[in-house]
Amino acid sequence: MTDITPSSDFEGLPLGQGRLIVCPQCDALYKVGAVDKGETAACPRCHTVLAAPRRKAGMLIICLALATLILIFAAVFHPFLTLEAQGLRSSASLLDIALGFSHAGLRALIFLMLALVLAIPAVRASVLLYVLTPLVFDRPPNAYAAPAFRFAQSLKPWAMAEVFALGCAVALVKITELAQVGFGQAFWMFTALVGLVVIQDRFLCSWSVWNALTPRHRS
Amino acid sequence: MERAHPKTPVLTARSANLVGCGHCGEAWPMGTTRCGRCGARVASRDPASLQRVWAWWVAGIIAYIPALTEPMLVTRTLLGSEQSTIVGGAIELFVYGSPGIALIILIASVGIPVAKFGCIAYLAWTVSKGTQASPGSRNALYEVVEYIGRWSMIDVFVVAILASLVQFNAVATVTPGPASLAFALSVVFTMLAAQSFDSRLIWDGLDPAEPGR
Repeated sequence: MTDITPSSDFEGLPLGQGRLIVCPQCDALYKVGAVDKGETAACPRCHTVLAAPRRKAGMLIICLALATLILIFAAVFHPFLTLEAQGLRSSASLLDIALGFSHAGLRALIFLMLALVLAIPAVRASVLLYVLTPLVFDRPPNAYAAPAFRFAQSLKPWAMAEVFALGCAVALVKITELAQVGFGQAFWMFTALVGLVVIQDRFLCSWSVWNALTPRHRS
Repeated sequence: MERAHPKTPVLTARSANLVGCGHCGEAWPMGTTRCGRCGARVASRDPASLQRVWAWWVAGIIAYIPALTEPMLVTRTLLGSEQSTIVGGAIELFVYGSPGIALIILIASVGIPVAKFGCIAYLAWTVSKGTQASPGSRNALYEVVEYIGRWSMIDVFVVAILASLVQFNAVATVTPGPASLAFALSVVFTMLAAQSFDSRLIWDGLDPAEPGR
């Protein structure tokens, strides 16, 4: 059951307690009752998903965030791709790939790339851990949990681990005619990471998190 | 194009004299400037939104010009060094027998960025000048542009990966050219332009109760 209805009789409803929801995409106003776990409530006008709570989502997201951190850390040091051509062999770790730009003097790109592929996904996972862990274990939220969660959500478009993974596949296709290319351990770690990110996005319902962060006084 | 009016008339937060938080969706009385729940800055409509969109849009186009004219990859082999731009490389591929890959490169590195610039300009333009196109389709267009934005970074990543892999010192090396930085900046600026756009403006003027524009 999803009880999100266009409302005109919002008078008297307390504001700031999650009783009303405004579609961030199109500004339509809805009155919120209950949304069952597993249901998805979308704005009927612009089809933006407003709420999609999932059973055991909190625990799942915590586990995924931990796994993400471990994978990112490991992927930095392990070789990502290996290349063999006419008896010559080279392998590149993520660090090598980013440092490749130093030859060309394009240091700004090193920072940009390390940030997009490693730092931002890692920061986002850490912040999600910080915000969600107390909620899952029924503790009061951590200090500054609200701005922290807002920060984590605003990082979402800039966490590009999965874009990088696809980039690997493309690079592979490009040079596969020139040389024997193989995937290193880190590539498989990153492939796993992409899976984790996708599942995490499916299960992270920001509406539920905001509700959990808000003291809600049922009248 | 048909107008995608919802079956039941939709009350907007603005016409209810409320302002919605774009981050957490909470409603506040009109005139609130900061969301009491998540702390985000809130505004019923962001008056500076379009200015920011155009500013990032121009920055994106300025960065995109060197991305096309400067070399993307510099290949050094025993026979000498060779610089190739995005378009030049694609033409070479086309001539030397891989028209399919050449086409994909052209679409991904030229077609999609140019289409993104066009779409953002179209959305910002129609919001300020009015249009017959339905809000539903323009909203869909906006979501596509916002979704695709980050995937354009793939070009830069591919160059970086190639450069770090093809390092057989004497025999062959590949280094990224200045176009890679320009391209990355262009992608970032375009993403910022899309994010600056206040999509609620697309839906304004539908509700007769609202002050029209």
